[in-house]
Amino acid sequence: MPLFWLILIVLAVATVGYVLGRSRALASAGGERRKLHSLPSYYGANVAMKAAVPAFLLMIVWLLAQPFYIDNSISGMIPDSAISEGSSRGLVMAEVRRAARGLDNAVAMGEITDDFARNARADFNDITARLKEAGQIVTSEITQPVMRAAQRFRILDATASLIMAIAVLLVAVIGALWGLRETKADFWARNTVEGGVKALLIGAASIAILTTIGIVLSLVFNTIEFFRLYPAIDFFTGLTWSPSFSGRGGSSELGIIPLLWGTFYISIVALAVAVPVGLFAAIYLSEYAGPRVRAVAKPLLEVLAGIPTIVYGLFALLTVGPLLLSVFGDEGIGIMQAGTAVMTAGLVMGIMLIPFVSSLSDDIINAVPQAMRDGSYGLGATKSETVKQVILPAALPGIVGAILLAASRAIGETMIVVLGAGAAARLSLNPFEAMTTVTAKIVSQLTGDADFASPEALVAFALGMTLFVVTLGLNIVALYIVRKYREQYD
Amino acid sequence: MTETTLSPAPSSAETPAAPAKGKSLYALDKLTQKRNASETRFKAYGITAILIGLFFLVVLAVSIISEGTPAFTRTVVEVEFAVSQEQFDDAEKQLFKTRAYENLFISGLKQQLDESGVTVPFDEAAIERLLGKPGNTIRSFFRENPDQIGQPVGFELAASSRVDGYMNGRVTRDNIVDSRFLMKSDLDIADALVEAGIIKTAFNWNFITGADSGVDNPGGAGIGASAVGSFFMMLVVLFLSLPIGVAASIYLEEFAPQNRITDMIEVNISNLAAVPSIVFGILGLAVFIQFMHLPQSAPLVGGLVLTLMTLPTIIISTRASLKAVPPSIRDAALGIGASKMQAIFHHVLPLAMPGILTGTIIGLAQALGETAPLLLIGMVGFVARGYPDGLIAGFTEPNSAMPAQIYTWAARADYAFYEKAWGGIIVLLVFLLSMNILAIILRRRFERRW
Repeated sequence: MPLFWLILIVLAVATVGYVLGRSRALASAGGERRKLHSLPSYYGANVAMKAAVPAFLLMIVWLLAQPFYIDNSISGMIPDSAISEGSSRGLVMAEVRRAARGLDNAVAMGEITDDFARNARADFNDITARLKEAGQIVTSEITQPVMRAAQRFRILDATASLIMAIAVLLVAVIGALWGLRETKADFWARNTVEGGVKALLIGAASIAILTTIGIVLSLVFNTIEFFRLYPAIDFFTGLTWSPSFSGRGGSSELGIIPLLWGTFYISIVALAVAVPVGLFAAIYLSEYAGPRVRAVAKPLLEVLAGIPTIVYGLFALLTVGPLLLSVFGDEGIGIMQAGTAVMTAGLVMGIMLIPFVSSLSDDIINAVPQAMRDGSYGLGATKSETVKQVILPAALPGIVGAILLAASRAIGETMIVVLGAGAAARLSLNPFEAMTTVTAKIVSQLTGDADFASPEALVAFALGMTLFVVTLGLNIVALYIVRKYREQYD
Repeated sequence: MTETTLSPAPSSAETPAAPAKGKSLYALDKLTQKRNASETRFKAYGITAILIGLFFLVVLAVSIISEGTPAFTRTVVEVEFAVSQEQFDDAEKQLFKTRAYENLFISGLKQQLDESGVTVPFDEAAIERLLGKPGNTIRSFFRENPDQIGQPVGFELAASSRVDGYMNGRVTRDNIVDSRFLMKSDLDIADALVEAGIIKTAFNWNFITGADSGVDNPGGAGIGASAVGSFFMMLVVLFLSLPIGVAASIYLEEFAPQNRITDMIEVNISNLAAVPSIVFGILGLAVFIQFMHLPQSAPLVGGLVLTLMTLPTIIISTRASLKAVPPSIRDAALGIGASKMQAIFHHVLPLAMPGILTGTIIGLAQALGETAPLLLIGMVGFVARGYPDGLIAGFTEPNSAMPAQIYTWAARADYAFYEKAWGGIIVLLVFLLSMNILAIILRRRFERRW
């Protein structure tokens, strides 16, 4: 693990720099700490910072850029003739990478010599066989161009890693020397170090922005790629969802409407369960319940929110589904074919959302000023009249915000629908029929072994984009409403 | 009021809602009764809502416990018998060696049955249906421990998953269909063995420590390997999200000037907290695997994805606990000459630490139960075939995580795996519960009220 060692060496340089910087600062003040501008440890920290931070930054940038450079220079080596019909350059490159890794592992295990891995020219069947013997996963047969590219890949990769190690170490040492040169009694070490720390803090805070940018970019690029292979109009207006399983495209129909309908229907059922129960629970807890009931019931309800969604998924699949089937199935009313249905998933999702609605509404109801209640009671209203005619109207914007947040949760929920809602995409009004959702299809399209460049896999990114835009819109509206409302009574 | 003025003079002094003449003031009039009834109804709705919530919680808990506990036990057949040196040599000479050991086992079993006075006819095929192929286990035991030859040795062999099902009531005489897995007649043998005390229920350690088994071997499936995967992921999440989250919160809470960039960061954080988890999975797939070529199915990648997912939670709770430290602490530190950075790192941060740790543990618990993003980066259950062989391999070798393992079991057709899935949920919830209890204890012990 050379990268691991490189990190350790840089850290060691920084530690040595710290010790040297500290003692040099003390020496420059003739051993009298009072003559130093800053505490001695700041001089050490200054040197350590200058050694480690630029070196690690360089390492990160290099590690990100290296695959690009190598890929570009290798893919030029592969002639167009080597790319078989229906395949793409990206796939062949993946094969090259796999072959190179296979060679690396085989050398590391001692199955083949390094020399053989570098120079093998003759029999490619033999190489494939030997790699397979060594337990490496390679494609059926490594062709000559792939083998050449893989050998070149290994060489480039090794050289690049070597150059990176040297460059990083050089930067670390130069940084340490620079820091040591600055170290004098009147150097403002504390201010320099604090400036560096502040920069790190800003960097950490901007990771949130980077994450959003990462999400948007990864969705946008792959979605554009998908629309190049599959017309956007058909995707947004298509009424059938039937991806072909061959992974080669052509015969797939990828219309999002049935998935959106399933998502919408399940969310409606979930909200129909969660909103009344959650809202009444919140009203009871905040207006009626004594402190003791509240202390017991509120945390117990919130336990429902802390349970992982996989548990709810299993609950839907194995408990609620069969239960509903025994009532509405062929033995009962006869309108339900299988345990997985809109009703199953919606009901269980509703249970999951109860604490979500109740604690948000509870906060909002509590934020209504006591003076409004007292005014209402003073006019002779009963508690329920106060709630219905004073508190709920005052809290309404906040409650609507809470419901919108719950709706965005329901739309983005994955595990319950994957396990509880079924896999068939269908446009139907019967809530006891199996339907599927956007999230469930993202999972099924990306966990199969469809090839990554095919429309069947790329459609997941377009679905993700739709999901992201819808939930983001709901969240922004909800947060806006909640925030605006809260400011009124502050 | 218009009504009052229009009505005849004598009654104008009374309010319209006043009780009719001749009735006690204590008797409620219709309107009051109606209002009181609606008050009671409204209160009843509230109680019903709470009871519905609690009812669901109880149903959930009961079904988890009742369906999951069988996963922790397994049915074993305990047989004690001796193999002499001649028998061993003889068996090793034969063409079907395991078959020879099986015969030795059967004679041992017969003897033990005779001793306890139970008689039941059985043949080799029935034994294989009940126990799989016991010959192999016995042969490898004696080949590894030649010094045990000639002495009586007790063997504890796991019964097949169908027998397991019969023992805990999943398979009954009514619903069994004769197949090559289990015949009706085998149940007589099983009953006889139970009577003779040969079939017993033992704690299934393999479920806690084992790895995922193939699709056709639900009995051998265990959650241990994927728990290790979860552990390595949590290490990554802890060591990345705690420092980054604390650093980001310190900046936003203590240093950030009120400007558009700060606003943008804040809006971003609150939006990221509400982005569906599956979108983070897509991000992980596209950025970490497609773009950076990090290894697929590795706990390292899973940890990175979950870090990005938990960061908003940790930032929000850390900022709350930084805000809770009173400004007098900062002022005192600044007053005696500390720099702003020193005031924060030496005084404010230590005081806020219990709150930060509590928030971090709750964020970790959330990450531990997350499934969907892991499926997208390839950490599905059947990858967890064994323990990693070292610290670094633990981060980079393909592995699964507990929730993804449970999902894989739930998605398999064999109902014997459902029991494992419920059992896995119990293990997962035990972890989550202990993390939450730890958070509560931390809060109780160290939280300071100012």
